[in-house]
Amino acid sequence: MSPLVTALVVGAVVAAVSGPVGVFMVARGQSFAGHALADAGTTGGAAGYLAGVNVLYGFVAFNLVAAAAMEALGGRRAIARDVATGVVLGASLALTALFLHIETSTATTGATVTVLFGSLFSLAPGTVPVVAALGAVSLALSALLYRPLLLSAVHPDLARARGVHPALVGAGYLAALSLAVSLSAVTIGAILSTALLVGPAAAALHLVRRPAAAMALASLAALACTLGGVGLAYASYHWPPAGRGWPVSFFVVASVLLVYGASLAARRR
Amino acid sequence: MFSGFMVDTWEAASVVAVVAGLAGFFVVARGSAFAAHALPSGAFAGAAGASLLGVSTTLGLGVFSVAGAAAIAALGRQARRDVAAALAIVAMLATGSLFLALGNGYAGEVDSLLFGQVLGVSSAQVEVTAALGAASLALLVVSWRRVLWSSVLPEAAAARGVSPGAADASFLAVLALVTATAVPVVGALLVFSLLVAPPAAARQLAGRPGSAALLGTALALATVWSSVALSYEENLPVGFVVGALGALLYATARLSAGRRGRARRSGCG
Repeated sequence: MSPLVTALVVGAVVAAVSGPVGVFMVARGQSFAGHALADAGTTGGAAGYLAGVNVLYGFVAFNLVAAAAMEALGGRRAIARDVATGVVLGASLALTALFLHIETSTATTGATVTVLFGSLFSLAPGTVPVVAALGAVSLALSALLYRPLLLSAVHPDLARARGVHPALVGAGYLAALSLAVSLSAVTIGAILSTALLVGPAAAALHLVRRPAAAMALASLAALACTLGGVGLAYASYHWPPAGRGWPVSFFVVASVLLVYGASLAARRR
Repeated sequence: MFSGFMVDTWEAASVVAVVAGLAGFFVVARGSAFAAHALPSGAFAGAAGASLLGVSTTLGLGVFSVAGAAAIAALGRQARRDVAAALAIVAMLATGSLFLALGNGYAGEVDSLLFGQVLGVSSAQVEVTAALGAASLALLVVSWRRVLWSSVLPEAAAARGVSPGAADASFLAVLALVTATAVPVVGALLVFSLLVAPPAAARQLAGRPGSAALLGTALALATVWSSVALSYEENLPVGFVVGALGALLYATARLSAGRRGRARRSGCG
């Protein structure tokens, strides 16, 4: 597979997963948790690098632990959840600083920057099956939780009467979110992970009411932004000033912001 | 540890701890940890742009943190606050990645802006830090009552004619100034740790807003001082010590607050 094809396939998987997971994330007010997991995963990635295992497994393992810690510290009030997320993120950033200190080779330093800004064009073709499998697990978990999540968002009491445990559903959703974030942060970087989870979902929620329609619309918008971004980055290799290409993340984020701005304008009319 | 060049470090670090501790009280009370993460991390894009244009890094940081605060305030009126912070941080970081790609040889400085270089503070930097710190303190004093009312008692604030939008704008302006003060000294990730963990620990322990703010500032100072000492004596990375101490403080405060709560409920407190 050529780098461009790998980039397009991985980008498409990430976009498809980002729609459903992102709509729940925005609707539940968990954007900070989603972004924090993308940053916190770097810690697991650095630990995986130090231990000599695949960076992706370090990402996933650490993200699940961080998500559990956020859930355990957070409680129900929005402000308490926000602070708990912040404390967990701060603690994991501290560990990242320690790991970088232990392994000061250029390899890990480069890894932080790669994880932050993404590297869609330098993906190994071997990552495609792993990415597809993780994406499928995350989507399956979201589908399984679809009805209980909606019910506990709209009617917490009714949900409880039907035997839906809000804390359990919340924890299950956070697991799906950590998988989706690990997969997207490790392949396309923490910035794009947050951009694709938040922007298209928030835009779709401005435009349509039914959750399923919002999820499909968000996935489509994320896909369009990713493909457009990759295409523009590919074209930009001949652009000034340096003639060595503008970053993919810049084009994808710019498209996401355009989509979001358009949705705001459409809602106001 | 207190020799010539270290005096600059102690001074700059103390200024940063005081403004971050005071502003952190509002971060925790308003549940604005995401904004406290987004502004410092995103503002580094300004530093990247400044190095591209060959102007002062502090100027770039200042311009971007103010622009980021304005974007969060404006978007926050249209959308959920966490969505606003998420879109602001991805927009700023994507701009930063563009500047990094267009410029040359900046990548090494990314790590020092993220993780800080507190042991390498120069006398010229201390003067800038002190001036910006004084401006942050002045803005904190001027907007204290307005932001306090809207954070702690939103209804009473509205009755007194403080609009939530104006209070949010004041708070974000404080956060932008604190960002410009602190990022060159301790790095973006550390500013975030200081803004969240010590104030969150203080809020667990102190009931009244004034004492919580003062206790949070004292804890931030204690954290920073012990971190500088430990990193100087033991050669540990400052980012690790600040983050680890912050998490430890928060965990201890949670445990002791929980114990007092249980004692009170069982009637022996």
